Amino acid sequence: MTILVIAEHDNKVVAPATLNTVAAAVKIGGDIHVLVAGQGVGAVAEAAAKIAGVAKVLVADNAAYAHQLPENVAPLVAELGKGYSHILAAATSNGKNILPRVAAQLDVDQISEIISVESADTFKRPIYAGNAIATVQSNAAVKVITVRATGFDPVAAEGGSAAVEAVAAAHDAGTSSFVGEELAKSDRPELTAAKIVVSGGRGMQNGDNFKHLYALADKLGAAVGASRAAVDAGFVPNDMQVGQTGKIVAPQLYIAVGISGAIQHLAGMKDSKVIVAINKDEEAPIFQVADYGLVADLFEAIPELEKLV
Amino acid sequence: MKILVAVKRVVDYNVKVRVKADNSGVDLANVKMSMNPFCEIAVEESVRLKELSIKEGRVATEIVVVSVGPSTAQEQLRTALALGADRAILVESAEDLTSLAVAKLLKAVVDKEQPQLVILGKQAIDSDNNQTGQMLAALSGYGQGTFASKVEVSGDTVAVTREIDGGAQTVSLKLPAIVTTDLRLNEPRYASLPNIMKAKKKPLEVLTPDALGVSTASTNKTVKVEAPAARSAGIKVKSVAELVEKLKNEAKVL
Repeated sequence: MTILVIAEHDNKVVAPATLNTVAAAVKIGGDIHVLVAGQGVGAVAEAAAKIAGVAKVLVADNAAYAHQLPENVAPLVAELGKGYSHILAAATSNGKNILPRVAAQLDVDQISEIISVESADTFKRPIYAGNAIATVQSNAAVKVITVRATGFDPVAAEGGSAAVEAVAAAHDAGTSSFVGEELAKSDRPELTAAKIVVSGGRGMQNGDNFKHLYALADKLGAAVGASRAAVDAGFVPNDMQVGQTGKIVAPQLYIAVGISGAIQHLAGMKDSKVIVAINKDEEAPIFQVADYGLVADLFEAIPELEKLV
Repeated sequence: MKILVAVKRVVDYNVKVRVKADNSGVDLANVKMSMNPFCEIAVEESVRLKELSIKEGRVATEIVVVSVGPSTAQEQLRTALALGADRAILVESAEDLTSLAVAKLLKAVVDKEQPQLVILGKQAIDSDNNQTGQMLAALSGYGQGTFASKVEVSGDTVAVTREIDGGAQTVSLKLPAIVTTDLRLNEPRYASLPNIMKAKKKPLEVLTPDALGVSTASTNKTVKVEAPAARSAGIKVKSVAELVEKLKNEAKVL
């Protein structure tokens, strides 16, 4: 059995989610190869070769793969993937964009966002916003799977010494082109990888009030998240959204501030180790999943909390 | 321009689902069903594109709405018709189909209807797969604009702004193309009573996978469905000081 893991990267560095995906591959068992597709990805390939447990790194360095457009990358993965037992990618926006296209080209069903490996062909994944866990078995010749990063502890980024091999294949479907992107800049840790997350909801009342959460987060070395209500109200950009349709987090500590706790939001954070809820409505559903609940006005509690930690 | 919109009948998003005692699935008997929220956004976007093309004096768009599912999915198709779709197609199948099977059936409908644009939701809130649009794009050989927060058609291309992990990205796709909707693409309208009445007279065609010549065989099998591990009930603290003390000494996360 040989497993192909698609590296998540931005043409400069390997994203942490790749390490969790390799961890899932280790659980399946077998040789692990990593594919780095992009443009000018020499440094990414070098970093991928150092990941513990990786046997080989395949590098497809081509202008057509510069922005990892699925129309171009999926045929490459499908072509290479035919010789593998499993193809894995992180369930990031990139992985979700590309992998189903690969699965369709290989004419197999995909398994999305696995949270555990039961055996080489059986996996667990959440359905219905995490309100049920399905055990799914695949009899496909090539099993195409996306991995929920928070379900697997990352492997070490150093210690491996995989061989690096160039892949010549270039696919340019010519049906799509990259126009531009607007990335949010932040000095805080990345939301999905942070040890502590402080999230605000509709109770924050406006975007300006998020400064209280930023101050607390900076003191804790935490990332800042938000509920869909806060995003839809325009308080914060949507890449901060935690939930079924936003990001899935499972930090050591999750502090939910002014968040009621709708099903959609709980789906994104209920695997956190410790959940703290600060809300003035003591009936808020968030208290049903919180380890520690504080019924209080957040505008008094947050500055006080910032002082005490 | 013809737009094809795919909609799915799913459990209403407000329902707290229960797993069946025999672990065969989720209990959907007597549960409120609705149109998948992302599909509503897809319908809304198609109606807006049609309204825009009429306003700008271009040839009005025809909107064809399609669902793959049980006969009861006709309700969701009628809803889409009330929201502004022109006609509906139901590919009737009582089985629970995988995303690949649905994508193959939609591909057959695409071949038949030859739309310029196909709009789907980015994921269904029941299976949470996030696969069908991408698979349909692969099978059709079309470009894909997934997780769209903005869609602009001009000439024979469509510019799609997509929600990605770090922010937003814009891609340009040659038509025909596939777009899947994110929550922030638009705010769906409500159907008015007169429009609901008119929708009853709009055409609704029923097809079967056999008639479309599509095999819905699957390489996946659901072995078991269980309830997630329950979190043990927590405690309420009285003050911020007590909270910090607990986090430091009891939970040891600070």
